Amino acid sequence: MLGFSRSQFIAFLIMVALIVVCPFVLYPVFLMRVLCAALFACAFNLMIGYVGLLSFGHAAYFGMGSYVTAWTMKHWHLDAFLAIGLGGLTGAALGLVLGYLAIRRSGIYFAMITLALAQMVYFFCLEAPFTGGEDGIQQVPRGRMLGFLDLSNDMTMYWVVAAIFIGGFLTIHRIIHSPFGQVLKGIRENEPRATSLGYRTDDYKLIAFVLSCAITGIAGGTKALVFGIATLTDVHYSTSGEVVLITLLGGLGTVFGPAMGALIVTAMENYLAQAGAWVTVIQGAIFMVCVLAFRRGVIGEIANWRKLTL
Amino acid sequence: MMMIFGIPAPLLFGQLLLGLINGAFYAMLSLGLAIIFGMLNIINFAHGALFMMGAFVAWALLNYLDIGYFPALILAPLIVGVFGVILEKTIISRLYKLDHLYGLLLTFGLSLVIEGLFRNAYGSSGMPYRIPSVLQGATDLGFMFMPNYRGWVVLSAAVVCLATWAIIEKTSLGATLRAATENAPLVQAFGVNVPRLITLTYGAGIALAAFAGVLAAPIYSVNPNMGTNFINTVFAVVVIGGMGSILGSIVTGFALGVVEGMTKVFYPQASATVVFVVMVIILLTRPRGLFGKAA
Repeated sequence: MLGFSRSQFIAFLIMVALIVVCPFVLYPVFLMRVLCAALFACAFNLMIGYVGLLSFGHAAYFGMGSYVTAWTMKHWHLDAFLAIGLGGLTGAALGLVLGYLAIRRSGIYFAMITLALAQMVYFFCLEAPFTGGEDGIQQVPRGRMLGFLDLSNDMTMYWVVAAIFIGGFLTIHRIIHSPFGQVLKGIRENEPRATSLGYRTDDYKLIAFVLSCAITGIAGGTKALVFGIATLTDVHYSTSGEVVLITLLGGLGTVFGPAMGALIVTAMENYLAQAGAWVTVIQGAIFMVCVLAFRRGVIGEIANWRKLTL
Repeated sequence: MMMIFGIPAPLLFGQLLLGLINGAFYAMLSLGLAIIFGMLNIINFAHGALFMMGAFVAWALLNYLDIGYFPALILAPLIVGVFGVILEKTIISRLYKLDHLYGLLLTFGLSLVIEGLFRNAYGSSGMPYRIPSVLQGATDLGFMFMPNYRGWVVLSAAVVCLATWAIIEKTSLGATLRAATENAPLVQAFGVNVPRLITLTYGAGIALAAFAGVLAAPIYSVNPNMGTNFINTVFAVVVIGGMGSILGSIVTGFALGVVEGMTKVFYPQASATVVFVVMVIILLTRPRGLFGKAA
């Protein structure tokens, strides 16, 4: 169903059921934070999980999407749908330019180049007048979605965020299971062979990168709308590191791993908010434990244990 | 006042010196990264954190044990180097059979842990470290006043970089090292203890970072973020230079520091991004880097 295997379809139904039930039990703003992080991580997972390229600079696309949505909402009073769409477009455009440069190298260099390019974007945002420098863009109005949904209500906002997340999730799923996605996996497994079969592997990588950045930009824009703020933290490399952590913890290359990782990491940050710098220490420790002993991640381990594809 | 390109000469030379100092740190850090990558096939993301540790160890030696700058210049790299050896033995050595990316992720986690722990213990504001009295003051060079300490940093960094180059290129230990980088199993078959060589290489790369940290301590305030501020730029430096050549890393490091310094004179807004712009140009024209070998 929908291109899912049986186990994946059941997992998808469980996820949707949780998304529907949770806001009646838990604080909706917290859940929106989880969903934005989950969409961000799903987009990131498209690169690392299915193309095999570790982008260490995804904060650049997340942050620029966030800035553009916030700015257009605040100064142009756009419809939220358009503003988030512009955030996604910004991510895609930036991804096209920076991706064109980064895919010239692979492996470890790709990671370093994406990191360095994202750092360039960070310094640009620090200096550029429209980002508001250290203050960021504050008090962004939530406005209306498609003209009739008043987003200032937390529950309305929640359903919109949930719809964006599920839409993004299914889009990524569709990409992975399309012929295009099969070629991507082929490139990940054996790039010279894919080239010898006549595929322009660089084009495929770049298209995947742009798609990933577009969805990342949408996630950033949605986040800016939910919290009414876009700041330098969104473009900072610690955000890039966080999305790597989320995906690694949930399970690289699994369909549901990024969402699971987002839930765990966001919950941890939420409950440890008073602990200050200990959050960094714990995140670092989780990183190390995952790499040393837990490389499949939570979902990957469950899938391996129950012999399922998740 | 003498003018060069419409800029007062003292300003120009002052920025040139500042550029050389930053370049010295880029050179020492990218050199360490290149050596470690050559032997371990790991990009040591924790390099910045260990650079910061070097500065903190020097600060701690002075404040807790009253050990001054010059002994610290030897002791701090040794202490941090031993820490590096322990890290390699206990944690990093478990990753050699895996994809290189796991090494990057592990050392990234390591840097978060180290920086987080120091931030907990000392806060983020930073602590001053006094310039040793011998190196205080400034010298009149005729065309500018040079603060002695800054001259000392550039000079000692250049000496250490060249010494590292000489050890790797001109000694028999260096020859073994280069051979092991090329083909470890073959060198092992000749009876060389390659795992120990790997451990020592990591320790030496870390010691180099810690040495840079001690040099940096009196210039920047000793704070937990000092490494992170550098390391992202150093990654760009590594991409520009390519990791194929030792001398290449040194030259690229110093040159980019100077480029950055000159940008501060002529177009200050771009000084933070100029290294990245150079990286973009290099990627477009020579993707393997200035001194990199063809992939």
